[in-house]
Amino acid sequence: MKLSELLRNNMRQYGMIVALMFIVLLFSILSDGILLRPLNVTNLILQNSYILVLAIGMVMVIIAGHIDLSVGSVSAFIGAVAAIFMIQMQMPTVVAVTLCLIMGALIGAWHGFFIAYLKMPSFIVTLAGMLLFRGLTMVVLGGKSLSPFPAEFRLISSGFIPDMPFLGIGSYHALTLLVGLVLSAFVIFSEMKNRRAEQKHQFGVLPKSLFIAKLVAMTAVINIFTFVLASYKGIPNILVILFVLIVVFSFVMNKTVIGRHIYATGGNQKAAELSGVKTKRVTFWVFVNMGFLSAVSGLIYAARLNAATPKAGTMFELDAIASAFIGGASMAGGVGTVIGSVVGGLVMGVMNNGMSLIGISIDWQQAIKGLVLLAAVGFDIYNRNKSS
Amino acid sequence: MEMKNISKSFPGVKALNNVNFQVKQGEIHALVGENGAGKSTLMKVLSAVHPYGTYEGDIIFEGEICTFKNINESEAKGIVIIHQELALIPELSIAENIFLGNEQEKRGVIDWKRTVTEAAGLLKKVGLQDSPRTLAKDIGVGKQQLVEIAKALSKKVKLLILDEPTAALNEDDSENLLQLLLEFKRQGIAAILISHKLNEVTRVADSITILRDGQTIETLTCEGGTVSEERMIKGMVGRELENRFPARTPQIGEVVFEVENWNVADPLHPGRKLIKDVNLQLRRGEIVGIAGLMGAGRTELAMSIFGKAYGKNISGTLKKNGKPLDINSVSAAIKEGIAYATEDRKTYGLILIDDIKRNISLASLDKISNRSIVDQRQEILEGESFRKKLNIRTPSLLQKTVNLSGGNQQKVVLSKWIFSEPEILILDEPTRGIDVGAKYEIYSVINQLAADGKAILMISSELPELLGMCDRIYALSNGTITGEVAREEATQETLMTYMTRTRG
Repeated sequence: MKLSELLRNNMRQYGMIVALMFIVLLFSILSDGILLRPLNVTNLILQNSYILVLAIGMVMVIIAGHIDLSVGSVSAFIGAVAAIFMIQMQMPTVVAVTLCLIMGALIGAWHGFFIAYLKMPSFIVTLAGMLLFRGLTMVVLGGKSLSPFPAEFRLISSGFIPDMPFLGIGSYHALTLLVGLVLSAFVIFSEMKNRRAEQKHQFGVLPKSLFIAKLVAMTAVINIFTFVLASYKGIPNILVILFVLIVVFSFVMNKTVIGRHIYATGGNQKAAELSGVKTKRVTFWVFVNMGFLSAVSGLIYAARLNAATPKAGTMFELDAIASAFIGGASMAGGVGTVIGSVVGGLVMGVMNNGMSLIGISIDWQQAIKGLVLLAAVGFDIYNRNKSS
Repeated sequence: MEMKNISKSFPGVKALNNVNFQVKQGEIHALVGENGAGKSTLMKVLSAVHPYGTYEGDIIFEGEICTFKNINESEAKGIVIIHQELALIPELSIAENIFLGNEQEKRGVIDWKRTVTEAAGLLKKVGLQDSPRTLAKDIGVGKQQLVEIAKALSKKVKLLILDEPTAALNEDDSENLLQLLLEFKRQGIAAILISHKLNEVTRVADSITILRDGQTIETLTCEGGTVSEERMIKGMVGRELENRFPARTPQIGEVVFEVENWNVADPLHPGRKLIKDVNLQLRRGEIVGIAGLMGAGRTELAMSIFGKAYGKNISGTLKKNGKPLDINSVSAAIKEGIAYATEDRKTYGLILIDDIKRNISLASLDKISNRSIVDQRQEILEGESFRKKLNIRTPSLLQKTVNLSGGNQQKVVLSKWIFSEPEILILDEPTRGIDVGAKYEIYSVINQLAADGKAILMISSELPELLGMCDRIYALSNGTITGEVAREEATQETLMTYMTRTRG
C-alpha cells in the first residue's frame, strides 16, 4: 500500500487529526504555552468530558440516520433526579447512580419507541423530548438549584487515580507514567500482531519504515500526554471513564454485528431490511444507548458543578451534534466514527479553552465556533465531491 | 407530426436507432412493443423531456422542425405528455393541479375565481363531476387520470401522449378513458397511446407502430379492427435468438419449494388484491421463470414470499421440502434458505456508501462472526473469493459500491445472496440495465447455482431471456398465474398471449 493511497483512503480521519493538532499548536503559540500546561490539560479533559460522552452516543444516532435534540435536557433532568435521590432522600451514591443510569436508558427507550416503531421523525420526537425534560427538570427542582452532593459522588469529576505508595519520583505521578509505558507497549504489540496476520494473508500493509514511524509517533503522543498529566495530579477519574467508553463503543461500531447493522440501517434502511437487518430494533436500541449516555453525561456534569441546576445542559445537544459532524459524520446517515466524533469534540473544546485563554469574549467564541463547523463540513463535502 | 431518423443513446445503450414515426392530424396512433423497446424514450424525446440536441434526427410538427429546449416549449406548441406515474400533487386541489406551472394570475396574484371556473369547464369536458376544490388525494386513480387530461387540455393540446394510461385503472375507468380519446379525436386532437393492453389498442387505434429494440419494425393501419392481437405480438417479439445464453444441462431433482393459494393485498389500499391465489412449485436444480408485464405483480409476489417484505393481509402457505414454513420476517426467510435479489439494486439491494466487502457480508454476518464479533479478515477472504468467482471488476474490495458499473453492482448483490447459502433464490430482473457481456456472465452464475442444486425463480421482462434460461415459465397477469409452459413448448407468442390475458 502506497502512502498516497493511504492518505487518500483515510483523508477524513487524518484530516481531522491534523486539524486538531494545528489548533492545539496555534493556541499554544497564541497563549504563550499556557494551553499545554499540565493544569490546563487536566482542565481541558474535565471541561469537555460531558460533551465527549454525548458525542459518542450522538454519532451513533447520526450514523443510524437520526438526530437527538433532547440530550441536553435529559442530562439536566438526570442531574436533577440525582440531586433529589442523594441530597433530599439521602440515598447511597451507588444506588442513586444506578437508578439514574436506568432512568436515562428508559428515557431513551421512550424516544426510541416513537421513532422506531411508530416511525415518527426523530427530529420531532426529540424536540418534544427536549421541551418535556427541560420542563420536568424545573418541576423536579422547583426552579431552584440543589447542592451540595456527597463527596464520593463528586469524585467522579474531581477525583484522580491515587498514586501507588513508595513510587514517587520527585513531583511526578509515577503510576501515570507507568500507565503511559504499559499503553505504549500494548499498542506496539497489537499493531505488530495485526501486521503479521495481514502479511500472512497477503493484504497490503504499510512499508516497514512508515510502520516504524507510525509506532514511534503513537508512543510519543501517549507518553508526552501521560507525562503532562503526571506533572500535575495524574490521571483524572473521568479520563478513565471516557477511555473505557471510547474503546468499548469504537469496538462495537467497528467489530461487532450490531455495529454493522447500525451502519447498514443508516446507509440504506430498505436495503438493510431486505438483507435481514431488524432495522426497527436497531434504531430503538441506538436511542436507548443515547439515553444511557445522556444520563452518564448528566451525572458527570452535576458532579463537576457540585449542584443540580434547572439550566444545566443547555446547548449540550448542539455541541454534541457539531462534534459528530466536524468528526466526519454525514447528515444522511451511514457514515461516521466514534473516534472522529471525539476528535471533533476536542477540536471544539480546545478552541473554547484556547480562545478563553487569549481573552476572546464568549460572544465571539460562539460565532467563531459556528464558522468552524461550517468550514469543517464544507471541506468534507468539497473533498467528497472531488473524489467521486 | 413526424419524427425522422431519431436516435438516442444512453451511456452504454443505444435506446433508439433511426426511428421513424408519423402521426396524422386527428388520429389515435398506438405505440406498442415490449418493455425496454424504446417507447417511453421516444415519447420523452418528442415531449422534450430529452431536449433538442441530446438526440439525433428531426421532429417535424405542423411542417416546422422543432428545437424544444424544455417541456414548456413543447407544451406551448400543444404537445403534452401524460406519464405513466401520475404527477399530481396530492395535497393540492384539482383546480390547483390543473393550473400548476400555468397559474391563472394577475400581476403575481392568483385569480382564484378564474382558476376555479376554468377548471370546472375543463372537468366537464373530461366528464368529471367532482368539485375543482377537491384535493387530488381524495379522488381515485381513474379520476386522477382524467384530471391529468384536463390539465393537458388547459394547455391547448393538439397532440396528447398517453403512456400506459390504463395500467392502474379498472375496466370501467379504462372504458371511460378510451371513450374520451375517441371524443377528442372527433374534435381534431391527435393522440399517441402507449399500451400493453392490446385489446384496447385494437379497439381505438387508427394506426399502430411497433417498436422493437429501439427500432421501428412496422406501422400498421387498422380500418375496422383488421389487425389482430396475434399480428401485433408477432411484430413485438419476432426477433431471432442468438447465442446469448451459456449452455446448460438441467439436472432437476425433487420439489423443494411450494407456494400455495398465495394472496397479497396492496399495503396502501388493503381492499385491493395484488396477488390472487398464486400456486408455484420449484424443484431442486431448476430455473423457473415468471413472465409478466409491468404491473402484473411480479415483484410484489416475490417480496411477499421473502419474509412478507411487501404487502398486507398475506394469506397462503409456503412449503419447503413438503413442510409448511412460518416466516414473518426477512431474517427468518434468510434462515430458512430463501434469498431475494431485488430488481432495484440501488434502492433496495446495496448500501451504496459502503464498500464491496461489507455489502457482500451484510446478510450473513453470523457466518463470519464469533459471539457477535465480526472476523474482518475472514470477511476480506470471503469477499476476495467472490470477487474471483464472479469476476467483479474492481481495483479493491474497499471500493464503494456506488462507484461500480451496473453489472458489477449486480454481481455484488448476487455475491451477497450466494454467501447466505440459500436453497431457494429469487432473482428479480437480474440483468436489468446491464450490458450484453456482463449479462452472459450473470447467466453463467445462475446456471452454476442451478447446477449446485439450488432452486431458482427468475423474474424478467425480457422474454428471450426467460426462454433462453428457464426450464419452466409461469405467466403472471394482473396478479394471477395465467399459464405454465415447459421450456420445450414455450415461445414468445404463447407467453405474450398468456401475459396479456386478463382473468377475473
